[in-house]
Amino acid sequence: MSMRQLPVQNLLRRPGRTMALAALTALLAFSVFGGSIVVMSLRQGLNSLESRLGADIIVVPSSAQSKVSFQNMLLQGTTGAFYMDADNLTRVREVEGVEIAAPQVFLASLKADCCSVKIQVIGFDPETDFFVRPWIGQSYSQELGKLDVVTGCKVEANVGENIRIYDERCKVVGKPAPTGTGLDTAVYCGMDTMKILLKAAETKGVSHKVTSDPDDDVISAIYVKVKDGYDISEVNSKIQGHTRKCSAVRTKSMLTDVSDSLAGISKTVTVLIAAIWALALVILLIAFAMIAGERKREFAVLRLLGSSRAMLIGLVLKESALCSLAGGVLGVLLASLIVFPFTTLIETKLGLPYLRPEISSVTLLGLTSLAATVMIGAAASAWTSFRLSRVDPGTVLREGN
Amino acid sequence: MQRHEGKSFEVKAEQISKRYFRKTGAANCFFAVKPLSLTLEPGTVTVLCGRSGSGKTTLLHILAGLLRPTEGKVRLGETDIYSLPDKELSALRSRSVGIVPQSRSVLDILTVSENILLPQTLYKTKADRQSAEQWMDTLNILHLRDVRAGELSGGEVRRTAIARTLSMNPPIILADEPTGDLDDENTELVFRCFRQAAETHAAVLIVSHEADALKFADRAFRMDGGVMTELT
Repeated sequence: MSMRQLPVQNLLRRPGRTMALAALTALLAFSVFGGSIVVMSLRQGLNSLESRLGADIIVVPSSAQSKVSFQNMLLQGTTGAFYMDADNLTRVREVEGVEIAAPQVFLASLKADCCSVKIQVIGFDPETDFFVRPWIGQSYSQELGKLDVVTGCKVEANVGENIRIYDERCKVVGKPAPTGTGLDTAVYCGMDTMKILLKAAETKGVSHKVTSDPDDDVISAIYVKVKDGYDISEVNSKIQGHTRKCSAVRTKSMLTDVSDSLAGISKTVTVLIAAIWALALVILLIAFAMIAGERKREFAVLRLLGSSRAMLIGLVLKESALCSLAGGVLGVLLASLIVFPFTTLIETKLGLPYLRPEISSVTLLGLTSLAATVMIGAAASAWTSFRLSRVDPGTVLREGN
Repeated sequence: MQRHEGKSFEVKAEQISKRYFRKTGAANCFFAVKPLSLTLEPGTVTVLCGRSGSGKTTLLHILAGLLRPTEGKVRLGETDIYSLPDKELSALRSRSVGIVPQSRSVLDILTVSENILLPQTLYKTKADRQSAEQWMDTLNILHLRDVRAGELSGGEVRRTAIARTLSMNPPIILADEPTGDLDDENTELVFRCFRQAAETHAAVLIVSHEADALKFADRAFRMDGGVMTELT
């Protein structure tokens, strides 16, 4: 046995004590790593949603119950469809200050024989779109042909496969990167394909008409970019007044709700982590203080045999660092086993955009959590190690402690 | 058995005393050791006897560099040990002083063999396994070498501590009631081992109640109320 092995042997040959300390430090690492991953994922989700939206104003039919149901579609991927007269697109474009107005048409497929899966289908105009194209362009840069679709990453269909929507066979030509929002659960197609699908839906009894004229075109939402120098609120009010049976929603107000929820969750998680850390630190301090009493004689013997105070402090700190490292690794692994496989469940429960950070960020966070755990373990044992190093071996050994 | 490779030190206590303060009671200031001088010479066995509380253990701890005296100096060769910083004093103690304390002084989680080699482990010096095994054999604990100290009897623990001290091959041996847990046969054996160490130029101090200890002594002292007197 060497001096380097002594702390390891001390830990291995006292399994009960080592496991109790490791469990405490595992709790620390678990809380900080798990909690931070959830908060980071929510932030990533919000950032992704912000960058995806790109619009200043979104116009939806009043029947869409203002922003609520639309927000759910964007955030959680709930299916739904609402329609307004396509004339509203022309009206919006006429409003002063509008730079781009890009329409979208929604269609919800059915959970029936005619459809492979129940999903949201979103049709967009490739000429004006600034919302879907930049995103799907990462995986499919060509023009979408007739009955060509691009699917979100959570739709169970691979590139090259066909999916059936109202008995129309659509070919999957692309699958863009995850956004952590409801966009990942939808299917995207051009307006020509959407017209075919709307007609097919009509034959199955799913109506999208808003007027009695069968030739009238419909749209579901208009994404508006405001020209530089124009006040978005003013343009929003003008659109509201210039369109019929529509609600113009500022995307900022929609995102504010999301970011408020995120801030609330973030605060709760932070408070929870702080409480766990404070509690664990107190328990660790008590545990080390108890261990100090128990190990007095051991340290008196080491002093007797020629250990300097610095050597004893080093021994305790090495032991606590090793123990905390083991606990930290365990905590990070446990948190990974819970947080990553249950991403969908967490996302659904929170009802917010949720996008897992890059592997490099996760690794960095894991290492930071480990370092913090080791440091807190060492800090908790520092006072104990100092006290033990001051033990008067003569008194301790004479008392038979 | 080979001993200290030519190193031999004289331990010299010069007018040392140790005063304590009690927090309660009338006589709150008292001397555990009243001013005294003592020299432990290489190659000699010195026995110190006296009643409990007479100051024997305090004196031994002062000589071992474990307890700073209130007054006076302790020299190991030419070195005033209490003028050294902790790191150097600890290293000096590890190299030169073998201590057998009065109570249980082994690490329970280590085996007998690991306990005996612990001083070498602390300072990363080459473990003298042969010497350790010879002393374990002499003290009849060789068969226990792989047993954890926590599972030993009081007598076995005592012999482990003695084997550790003798294996260190130190020029100075300070033993506090080393035969406290031993039967007559082992008591005799231990005193013979210390005598053997002295014959190879170690300076040995034994604090003991045992009358038998005097048979192995070159010099003997009695302590009473912190005052030391030489027995003739």
